[in-house]
Amino acid sequence: MEHYTMNLTLKVWRQANNKSEGRFETYQVNGISSEMSFLEMFDILNERLVIEGKDPIAFDHDCREGICGMCSMHINGRPHGPWHATTTCQLHMRAFKDGDTIVVEPWRAVGFPVIKDLITDRSAFDRIVQAGGFISINTGNAVDGNSIPIEKAKADASFAAAACIACGACVAACKNASASLFLSAKIAHLGLLPQGQPERKDRVLSMIAQMDKEQFGSCTFTGACEAVCPKEISITNISRMNKDYLMAGLSSEK
Amino acid sequence: MLDAKIPEGPLDDKWEDYKGHVKLVNPSNKRRLEIIVIGSGLAGASAAASLGELGYKVKCFCFQDSPRRAHSIAAQGGINAAKNYQNDGDSVFRLFYDTVKGGDYRSREANVHRLAEVSAHIIDQCVAQGVPFAREYGGLLSNRSFGGTQVQRTFYAAGQTGQQLLIGAYQALERQIALGNVAMYTRHEMLELVMIDGKARGIIARNLISGELERHFGHAVLLCSGGYGNVFYLSTNAMGSNTTAIWKAHKKGAYFGNPCYTQIHPTCIPVTGEHQSKLTLMSESLRNDGRIWVPKKKGDNRKPNEIPAEERDYYLERRYPAYGNLVPRDVASRAAKERCDAGYGVGTSKQAVYLDFASAIERYGHVEASKRGLSNVDADTIITFGKEVIKEKYGNLFDMYEKITGENPYVVPMRIYPAVHYTMGGLWVDYELMTTIQGLYALGECNFSDHGANRLGASALMQGLADGYFVIPYTIGNYLANEIGTAVIPTSHPAFVDAEAAVKERLETLMNIKGNQTAESFHKRLGKIMWDKCGMARNAQGLQEAITEIQQLKKEFWSDLKISGAIKDFNPELDKAGRVADFIELGELICKDALQRAESCGGHFREESQTEEGEALRHDAEFMYVSAWEYVGDHKWELHKEELEYEVVKPTQRSYK
Amino acid sequence: MKWSYFFTSAIGKKIVMALTGLFLISFLIVHVGLNSCIFYDLRWFDPTDNGEMFNKAAHFMGSALVIRIMEIGLFLFIIVHIVQGYVLEAKNLSKRGQGYNVSLGNRGSKWYSRSMAILGTLIFLFLIMHISHFWVPSRITSNLQEVTYNKGTVKVHNLFLRMFEVFQNPIVVILYVLGCISLAYHLVHGFTSAFRTMGVYNKKYLAMLNSIGYGFSILVCTLFALMPISMYFHWVSPN
Repeated sequence: MEHYTMNLTLKVWRQANNKSEGRFETYQVNGISSEMSFLEMFDILNERLVIEGKDPIAFDHDCREGICGMCSMHINGRPHGPWHATTTCQLHMRAFKDGDTIVVEPWRAVGFPVIKDLITDRSAFDRIVQAGGFISINTGNAVDGNSIPIEKAKADASFAAAACIACGACVAACKNASASLFLSAKIAHLGLLPQGQPERKDRVLSMIAQMDKEQFGSCTFTGACEAVCPKEISITNISRMNKDYLMAGLSSEK
Repeated sequence: MLDAKIPEGPLDDKWEDYKGHVKLVNPSNKRRLEIIVIGSGLAGASAAASLGELGYKVKCFCFQDSPRRAHSIAAQGGINAAKNYQNDGDSVFRLFYDTVKGGDYRSREANVHRLAEVSAHIIDQCVAQGVPFAREYGGLLSNRSFGGTQVQRTFYAAGQTGQQLLIGAYQALERQIALGNVAMYTRHEMLELVMIDGKARGIIARNLISGELERHFGHAVLLCSGGYGNVFYLSTNAMGSNTTAIWKAHKKGAYFGNPCYTQIHPTCIPVTGEHQSKLTLMSESLRNDGRIWVPKKKGDNRKPNEIPAEERDYYLERRYPAYGNLVPRDVASRAAKERCDAGYGVGTSKQAVYLDFASAIERYGHVEASKRGLSNVDADTIITFGKEVIKEKYGNLFDMYEKITGENPYVVPMRIYPAVHYTMGGLWVDYELMTTIQGLYALGECNFSDHGANRLGASALMQGLADGYFVIPYTIGNYLANEIGTAVIPTSHPAFVDAEAAVKERLETLMNIKGNQTAESFHKRLGKIMWDKCGMARNAQGLQEAITEIQQLKKEFWSDLKISGAIKDFNPELDKAGRVADFIELGELICKDALQRAESCGGHFREESQTEEGEALRHDAEFMYVSAWEYVGDHKWELHKEELEYEVVKPTQRSYK
Repeated sequence: MKWSYFFTSAIGKKIVMALTGLFLISFLIVHVGLNSCIFYDLRWFDPTDNGEMFNKAAHFMGSALVIRIMEIGLFLFIIVHIVQGYVLEAKNLSKRGQGYNVSLGNRGSKWYSRSMAILGTLIFLFLIMHISHFWVPSRITSNLQEVTYNKGTVKVHNLFLRMFEVFQNPIVVILYVLGCISLAYHLVHGFTSAFRTMGVYNKKYLAMLNSIGYGFSILVCTLFALMPISMYFHWVSPN
């Protein structure tokens, strides 16, 4: 792989806190190696800002290997940037060329209020899981792991849905700021397994109710969520969730 | 002399016997007892959830924005359990034995045996929670091999096992939060342990958004804050992984066990330059199918695919025919370093070796062709078939490799090099996981207990969950049964006031240095000292130098640090500075421990102590103990020893030949 | 779960859209089938038909009781579809808050999938014109010329003639064609989306529905669009 260095212009959203007005600020970064990750480029900029006595750009990140779901930048209009199935932290500077201008914004959604700069509050996702995204089994109650065989195709589909990292890119990309892809991934993960059946109906109803409370929109199947999902969660999970919702809603006795 | 409180009786019966006699707390008393859990990874989330289920009032803290982000999530390969589903001769004893041997006979037998015993329950628990483990076509759980074992006992979920297990524990935790049994504090960092009458009674935490300090009371405090590999700056740990919680506890009196035992993982993506902020692991499971090699000729600059098979040195297969590419991590790492130091390294930096899948692709291609009933298949088709199989097994890892390096590992062999991955050392704990401070427990990677001097692959997940799901719910009762008479202590108690004042003062001191260097730059310098002088190979002279350099670095840190922003604000620079300050102190202790342990064992390799073939040479007569360091003052520690007594396993020179 | 919530939750609102949408799609089948009777006048079939087949069919639709009752339902569903559509769009728009400086645009979805409300509005405007052209004079003001068939035994409104007259205005023809194009794009997304909303997740069926949706949208809207065009160019005419 050929290496090269580049000079870039960054337009970054700066916002002191949830109460204050935000604005874009422009930064010039020079001598960026194509081998760097996108966040390492931010590290370099932040080091410079600290030395200059300025406030560094706040952004969420932790594992930097694409699995914790913490990083969340809207880069040139696309959640996590231009690469397919890639989180911000796994995006590398090879994706850009000398002279590029890169616009970086936080996730935009009423359900994800900005905390500072590029950091948003995604605790709504935790509360949605609290509403029913689990199997109610206390520690120590389990039967032998092999006592319930699970069809491989179903186990695989369940795993594919469970691969969701709750980064919120789906919400960020959706024109309705809907959390349906996140929600449906959880519902599919648990609903496809025999262990998830006893609570399947209650789960979908209470999780949907919580999504409404958290100010996320409805799914209109534009497909933007699936296109930007770093873990390639399929939008068919949303249809599956809708089916569960219909079944549960129609059969509930309350 | 340290008392590990190991129950009497034969090894097999210790845990059962302990459970049968341990003190219990009745449900109405549990409701009155409060427990603080620091960290929400596998150990923390499973402990908080399980204790919440039992009825205790739990408060759980994490510095991330959600408990699901904890770095356990990044574990790729799998989790061991002595299920013997493969009928290949596995048993609790074998898992126990492999772990003790893998740890180079520096772990506590009773703890390891308990770990092996509960391992099977972990799988059951996780399956019941809905963890989508890989399955066979018949619907039953699938297994694979991992380093240091000759059976298939590793359960996995593609290359995302840690993620799936953590989500299971996270969901159990969220359920308890919804039920009101656990209160979750995200974006909070523990900055001090509060002690009252010699017992751990709470913490001072900083709300990382507002910068406010908070006091929290607990009848007991559980530290589940993970490992301290980031002391090396570059590691496979998350950016936020830190030692602060256990370091505060250490300075309050918890002994630090075996700090120098660091695991260097053999298969990581090599460093590309100064800008590097972290290293990425390529799962050990890849060594099931990948073959590791370097050219036989020094400084061979040909492209890997141009080097014919007879000019390649498959050095692990050559040196360790019995285990081949699946030798334990410490052995594989040192072997890679040995080749690179001898001038056989590859890539631009020459600090890398190849991990090659070509023969596995061909092998799987043939299997696939015969599965499809095809004969006389041309070589290209075989390779296409083989790549499909490899993609299914390791697709996400291959994709990750390509994103980072820009090279396609299906075509060109991966370049890999060892990197800091896991720390076997940690707070010293007894059999009940209690540290030397009453009421303070350490679970998971942040304790020292189960892995000796080297951890086997797929055992970290096992230990984290064992501690959280199956050990602490029993052992904590033994302490709390005596605490039922202790009323909730108001946080206006002088101990809380003093602890908060101390934290406040430290934060102000950090902010007021107003020097010229960033926390990040100090961290990088610390990492370089540690890696160069206390990394894969250590010697007395280098360690002494490192200690001096770190002491110097500490002085410089406290006189020339620059932090922007304010205390009462969201200020990641301040968070980082606090963590780096603790890392610097820990770095010194690690070097002191490494210097004191003048033997090689597991991940700790002293150049002065090796066999003629360059293998680690233990000195059991002198060093058959756990080093537990007591903090006695600035740059001063006192060594306490816990002698290791092997009743069942007979320590021998480890051999994987 | 209360019915009121069942239909007003994030999914409930969409279920209402899907159900009414699917009903309207089925109406379109009837509508396009019936109106296509005008093409019987094409020179390849029977140029002397002069709209007889169409007028008779239209008369049946206007006189059968069941159909009249269904017509009420149709209007109701149209209104529900429109009102709910606007409510949904308004709710969804309110969830973004501060907008993006650079938007994702076509990188993640098709423009028409994101523009259902605008397309719907165009169709709504078209519908007002369309109803005032035909339904109002036929059902409300009843001021259409009549024509007798079957040797004077059947006397019906000459809607065919009405169509012909209306479609002599080129602007009207253009507006109708634009209406049909809006409808086509609305349907391309709406057809499969309705089924997805109603819980069809099987990829095999979804692929099938996708093809049917495309085919349906193009076929129906082309046929509709050909009606004003063929009358404007006198391919179909009352003489």
